[in-house]
Amino acid sequence: MPKIFNNLLSFKGGVHPKEYKYLTSSLPFEKIPTPSKIILPLSQNIGAPSTPIVNKKDEVFAGQLIATQNGPISAPIYSPVSGNVLSIGIEDTVSSFTKESITIKSNENLEMELFPKLDLNNISDKEICKRVQMAGIVGLGGAAFPTYFKLTPPKDKIIDYVILNGCECEPYLTRDYRLMIERPKDLIAGLKLIMKALNLEKGAIGIEDNKQDAIDVLQNLVKDDNSIKIFSLKTKYPQGAEKMLIKAILNREVPPGKLPFDVGVAIQNIGTAIAIYEAVYLGMPLISASLTVSGLGIKTPKNLIVPIGTPLIDILEYCGGIMEDAKRVVVGGPMMGITQHNLNAPIMKATSGILVLTEKEINQFDETNCLRCGKCIEVCPVNLTPTKLARFSQLGRISEAEENGIFNCMECGTCAYVCPANIPLVQWIAFGKKKLSLAKKAV
Amino acid sequence: MTDTLIIALTTMGGLGFIFAGGLAIADKKLRVEENPLIGKINDVLPGANCGACGKAGCYDFAVNIVNGKMKVNGCPVGGEDVANLIAKILGVEAEPAIKQVPRILCRGGNNEAKDKSTNYKGPQSCAVMEIVGGGTKICEFGCLGGGDCIAACQFGALIMNDNNLPEVIEDLCTSCGLCAKACSRNLIEMHPIDRRVFVFCKSNYDPKRSKEVCSAACTGCGICERVSDGGVVVKNNLAEINYDLFYASNFPFDKCKTKAISYLNDKDNTIHKLVVNQ
Repeated sequence: MPKIFNNLLSFKGGVHPKEYKYLTSSLPFEKIPTPSKIILPLSQNIGAPSTPIVNKKDEVFAGQLIATQNGPISAPIYSPVSGNVLSIGIEDTVSSFTKESITIKSNENLEMELFPKLDLNNISDKEICKRVQMAGIVGLGGAAFPTYFKLTPPKDKIIDYVILNGCECEPYLTRDYRLMIERPKDLIAGLKLIMKALNLEKGAIGIEDNKQDAIDVLQNLVKDDNSIKIFSLKTKYPQGAEKMLIKAILNREVPPGKLPFDVGVAIQNIGTAIAIYEAVYLGMPLISASLTVSGLGIKTPKNLIVPIGTPLIDILEYCGGIMEDAKRVVVGGPMMGITQHNLNAPIMKATSGILVLTEKEINQFDETNCLRCGKCIEVCPVNLTPTKLARFSQLGRISEAEENGIFNCMECGTCAYVCPANIPLVQWIAFGKKKLSLAKKAV
Repeated sequence: MTDTLIIALTTMGGLGFIFAGGLAIADKKLRVEENPLIGKINDVLPGANCGACGKAGCYDFAVNIVNGKMKVNGCPVGGEDVANLIAKILGVEAEPAIKQVPRILCRGGNNEAKDKSTNYKGPQSCAVMEIVGGGTKICEFGCLGGGDCIAACQFGALIMNDNNLPEVIEDLCTSCGLCAKACSRNLIEMHPIDRRVFVFCKSNYDPKRSKEVCSAACTGCGICERVSDGGVVVKNNLAEINYDLFYASNFPFDKCKTKAISYLNDKDNTIHKLVVNQ
């Protein structure tokens, strides 16, 4: 049936910032040469930092376990290079907070130790989970939640659907898109592993409609397979937020304060699915990150495969260096990413992009008074009143902020993006949330 | 006509008498005896209801004093004068109180501490800057310069100087301590006004990093510990003064390379300069 109405799947609110994806969307992944120094922060995921098991001056080889999992919500860390441990101490990281890190001086040795091969034909769900846990895989969409934890949901939650998040709604970033184009078979294999680990019959991949060729490639691959469906979604930020994705594809609403588990859905990122494929099929621990280096301030934008722990400066130099009019370096997407002050900081497991932005792309203006225009309320994907919440936080009226649902805010930044008065709404809301959780802890 | 007037007057007047009688009985039967001391003490308190004493307001403070739960000199704003007045009302001896003033224990202003140069344009509040990427300075222990302490001061006793560090105007300070509570990095401490020597740093960085991030930092080199006979102890890369054993007259201040441990110098004070210039 021909499509008469452009009735694309989507959610309420949201914005469509200028994409700039053309800078890197046609460039295949490149591998960068092994950097001379690698810095591995011990806390690369949500939850407890890992425990180091190497000492200063120890010799390590590529793929060696150097820090173990510490508690249920944590992940082990492997060395991506061979070399010697230079130091273990506090270093700057891309999260803009300092963290305990292991610094390794690398040598030319490229030999690598892999995990033992698994019997792929009759692999069990437990084996997959164990391998994912062993490989130190975390959610590569940005939040870096340990993946094995998401593959072993609590017994009382019934899960019937797994969704791979291929939205990549942040401007500039093209990592997930390139992975879908270049490695569709691995991706489907990874999705099947996730489905097997969760004992599920149904899987889906949600992709924004600005990546039509990725949709076509994957659609072609799964046309004889009834268990996997590809969904084309409206291009809109923040389509990639898990609650928005579930709303768009399944029309299920995750209640405030609940997780996708609670509506029977498991969500994984495209990069995570590939990492799971590599861990199970190839026996690779998570030691490299694929990412996009983009922005108008970098000489040659690229899509790269980089060892985890590579300092930003090495990556930027490989891309020809920074232009003179570059104003800031951001790690992550432009909407939720973090501005960097030290280019010696290393990339981490969940780093999806490095952006070098010029004055033109930053658009900083001074704050003025609220116009009461209500634009922020119109675009808020979770139906909040950002201007009110920001005001309550500013005035310290945190209990009123809580009544107005401040904890439902995911800090996507859509409200601040549209605000004509340039009010730093997200900062104030984040402040209110912090204050409120501190007050709750004190009680 | 007069009949109506008389009826109205008698009914209203009668009702008035009945209600007045009720009130008079209630006054006798239901009377609550309040300790007259509470009222008297409340009258001599500053009445700012600032909460600096830790109670809900001045009246609550007065109630607690009469119940013996607070000390006579418990009102930091009122200071010695109020303590003496309360002591007089209660008929006790007031302990002599030395005025406490806040000291900002960081000298890492814009000239000394390195900036992240990330063009931060968000809210100018330390507590907000702290969660947005840990503030604009590289040092994670030092003053953020956002002025939360100045906003917290209800008496105008704090100002921001040219170097983007807060300064205390001792004459205006009422020792309430709200600025110390407002500082998100706990850099403000309350000290007796006659105490003039401090370690103006709170950084636990190792010597190398200390030198990298700020020229006024305590590097934890330990020279002060060696020359002070227990007056200064270095713990976790940071010097700490033990005021019971510390004798400023014997201490070689020029040994401290970064001047992290030194006298509070009034001559560098913005207010002092303003007064001299006028």
